[in-house]
Amino acid sequence: MADVVIVVALLLVAAAATCAVLVRDPVRQALVLAVLGVVLAVLFTVLQAPDVALSQLAVGSALTPLLLLLTVRKVRRRARQEGRGP
Amino acid sequence: MTRGIRLWLVAAGGAGLAALLVAACLDLPRFGGDRHPYGDRAVRAALARHTANTVASVNFDQRAFDTLGEMTILFAAVLGCVVLLRQTRDEHRARPAPEPVARPVRRYALLVLPVALLTGLYVIAHGQLSPGGGFQGGVVAATALHLLYLGADYRALERVRPIGLYEVGDAIAACAYLVTGLAGLIGGTAFLANTLLPYGTFNTLSSGGTVPLLNAAIGMEVACAVVVLLARFLDQAVEIESLTGIKTPTDKERGK
Repeated sequence: MADVVIVVALLLVAAAATCAVLVRDPVRQALVLAVLGVVLAVLFTVLQAPDVALSQLAVGSALTPLLLLLTVRKVRRRARQEGRGP
Repeated sequence: MTRGIRLWLVAAGGAGLAALLVAACLDLPRFGGDRHPYGDRAVRAALARHTANTVASVNFDQRAFDTLGEMTILFAAVLGCVVLLRQTRDEHRARPAPEPVARPVRRYALLVLPVALLTGLYVIAHGQLSPGGGFQGGVVAATALHLLYLGADYRALERVRPIGLYEVGDAIAACAYLVTGLAGLIGGTAFLANTLLPYGTFNTLSSGGTVPLLNAAIGMEVACAVVVLLARFLDQAVEIESLTGIKTPTDKERGK
């Protein structure tokens, strides 16, 4: 039973990670990364490492996507300004 | 170096790395075995010092020096971000106008904010007893504050987040970790050695000697560092605007 759960968690991680590579739009990538963080947290919990799972949940699915989204917003704003011209 | 030589170099290096990894993997103990020599020793050392969470004991007692290094890396990384993302001379600040927030978003954010903040503080405080600790709790508490940006607006966030205080808090927490280590050197045996304080009753908040102190220092350091980091990113994304657009400053403008 435990083996089945581990295999399912591993497959979910592989699927989410592949998605994160295949998605090319940075905004969508941030969302996929957040999902990947949650799935990785599930895997770590299943493998009895709750400490690492908590770190992964906090950093991987909250902090990193947030920093990515803020960066995308800054870059897009600058592009819009440049399009308008000085 | 031509393209052919570079490809050969990559192929040779990659093949060597792959061979070494396969050789190492073949010698690993089997997945899910019942022999854990390091785990057994770590658990024994943690129990001897009345620390219920063995991971906290490894982080803040057996390998406290490693954690000092990690804390320094985070501190230096945030310092680098602060320097890189500062407001330069050809940029100016534009006050962002308050924008309407959808009612469900506002309600959800303001409902979850206190719960998330409390969860973060709880995870920090119980680092020596249950899974979690200063690092995890610090990130949760710091990101929880930013729900205010979702639920209200940027000005409301700025009001509850005087950034200077958090920068000072970051430095004080890093110093507190060092001072606790030095106290071990002066009053006890070695730098960061957990021999200074009584170990207390097993599975209570004050158990584990210096582990709760170091854990709290890391919690404060990480929470302040993440708040400062996000503040710099938010400043760039919301407030700071480039005046000149694509125009690059000439030598005269640079003051040469």
